[in-house]
Amino acid sequence: MVFLEFERPLESLHEQLEKFQQIEAEGDIDVSDKIDELQKKINNKRKEIFESLSRWERVQLSRHPQRPYTLYYINEMCKNFVELHGDRTFKDDKAIVGGIGKINGQSCVIMGHQKGVNTKMRQFRNFGMANPEGYRKALRLMKLAERFSLPVICLIDTPGAYPGIEAEERGQAEAIARNLFEMAQLRTPILCYVIGEGASGGALGIGLGDRVFMMENTWYSVISPESCSSILWRSWDYKEKAAESLKLTPEDMMSFGLVDDVVKEPLGGAHTDREKMARILRLHIKKELQDLMAIDKDTLVTQRIDKYSKMGRVAVHTMDEKNPDSKEENDSPAEKADKKAPKAKKESKTKKASTSKSKATEKSDAAEK
Amino acid sequence: MGWFKRLKDGIQTATKFKKEAPDGLWHQCKNCSETSTMKELKENYFKCLSCNHHTRIGSHDYFDIIFDGQFTVHFDDIISEDPLEFVDVKTYPERLEAAYKKSGLTDAISVAKGKVSRKPLIVAAMDFSFIGGSMGSVVGERIARGIDMAIAERIPFMIISKSGGARMMEAAFSLMQMAKTSAKLSQLAKEGIPYFSFLTDPTTGGVSASFAMLGDVNFAEPNALIGFAGPRVIKETIKQELPEGFQTSEFLLEHGFLDFIVDRSELKARLADLLTVFDPSKMEEAES
Ligand SMILES: [Zn+2]
Repeated sequence: MVFLEFERPLESLHEQLEKFQQIEAEGDIDVSDKIDELQKKINNKRKEIFESLSRWERVQLSRHPQRPYTLYYINEMCKNFVELHGDRTFKDDKAIVGGIGKINGQSCVIMGHQKGVNTKMRQFRNFGMANPEGYRKALRLMKLAERFSLPVICLIDTPGAYPGIEAEERGQAEAIARNLFEMAQLRTPILCYVIGEGASGGALGIGLGDRVFMMENTWYSVISPESCSSILWRSWDYKEKAAESLKLTPEDMMSFGLVDDVVKEPLGGAHTDREKMARILRLHIKKELQDLMAIDKDTLVTQRIDKYSKMGRVAVHTMDEKNPDSKEENDSPAEKADKKAPKAKKESKTKKASTSKSKATEKSDAAEK
Repeated sequence: MGWFKRLKDGIQTATKFKKEAPDGLWHQCKNCSETSTMKELKENYFKCLSCNHHTRIGSHDYFDIIFDGQFTVHFDDIISEDPLEFVDVKTYPERLEAAYKKSGLTDAISVAKGKVSRKPLIVAAMDFSFIGGSMGSVVGERIARGIDMAIAERIPFMIISKSGGARMMEAAFSLMQMAKTSAKLSQLAKEGIPYFSFLTDPTTGGVSASFAMLGDVNFAEPNALIGFAGPRVIKETIKQELPEGFQTSEFLLEHGFLDFIVDRSELKARLADLLTVFDPSKMEEAES
């Protein structure tokens, strides 16, 4: 087991536990009471630690070396999965994987950023940093999904799109932009989950969807805390502060209305019970798809564009001399336009509905156990 | 809301439509160090008289160059909030206030409607002098409204990009403007209204990876820096020197991401050509 800095108090407890488990395995002395007690202690300590995680600690958890990656979820959740390779133009990017398979009996196109599980694989996967051909492969798979009316599931986990000479030559910017443009109009449901790191355009390049969710110990922002620190503070030492300022946790993102809900992880993080995490995700997908598959395609696209049109916070500056402090607060500027008002109302209802849905998912997960 | 009052006063006392072009009588070229008078420079479309270096100019300078005299400015009353209450070494409101004072602008993009050789066009032009032309909620919202106006009036739409990328002080809100502007452009495309993307120095980050690369026609000023990642970041990542001419307009033209490069003195004529060919009112007639 790998313990992060803030998990240190758990390490010695785990060591003790392992010793007693060894004694028990030898079979001479009954230490089951001791083991129970230690396990309880570990649980309590873990609860205590995880109740008050800082934003930076959440970032560290999102990068935990034992955290499940896209292919783990695909293998756990999918039946008859067939991986599809290549963008049909240049090459097969190893940092974005995808294919077709059945989840809960429903045929889907599923894809995501893929990080490597060991040193060799991390190189092979380019640390989950995609080149333009990765985004173009993703788009090819989405178009395939559209043609066969299959839902698209995107799993997001990247420290960013790769900043290299060849990436620029082949149009990293164009590849990401094209995906955003095409995903906005895709005539089939798109469901996105941030399962680890959601860094900037590299994450968003497969992240525009009808519903976007974040797992509990993940982050999503326009820049990593480290890079933000280096640019705004002109030093690498302010990453904790930068993480606080960027407000990049799932709860932050939900409060801004930029993601739809948080997917709870097992206590201690997704890596502590990978199978359970995959089950939670599978059931979450099931619930969401039941909803989205019922919406007709015109409405789906209209609602998706409305959802993104409303993202942003601006004020309307009134040049009223008599009332110098007058300022119209306006959270969702698009609602101002008269013709859009009814749609906007509908949108907020869907949002509430999706919140209560996630609770239902938790319940059904408990039922399965 | 004390900061807002101060900021508002800042907006009102600033010179309206202050140009980004250099003040004073003399100008020294950043590229070749030759000097010329400001008058000469301006008459030459703010290009160096000896080396043709295109000096960075502001949104209203472009409006003057493009439009036949009169044009109207829209959505200037939409201004920034501070949804994250963002603090680094300064607060975001402090940075905004400084930007209002320095630039005389209300954000990093201005939207104007006018005529180019008697053909209507809506132009959203970015200003590098406003926090590096960074894209926050205001940039996204003004573009979105410009697109709505283009759809409602069936007028071609153009964006003049000039930006270092995201407005970090708006974090994820800034990121989502990439999705928002791209989604709105997909609507424009569906309506059959042409969109021209004009890329100027610099166009990088989230701006290049969204609306700047999505034109029905993409064109740029000569020798502009255009790319996704900044050259410094790439250099640090690959630990190699970057090739000569990397990420210039000419490099992008060569690699197939631009349709053409246009000298600023030819900009208006070239736009008039495009507007003659892509005429949404004529297209509508043709369909019916
Ligand atoms: Zn010169």
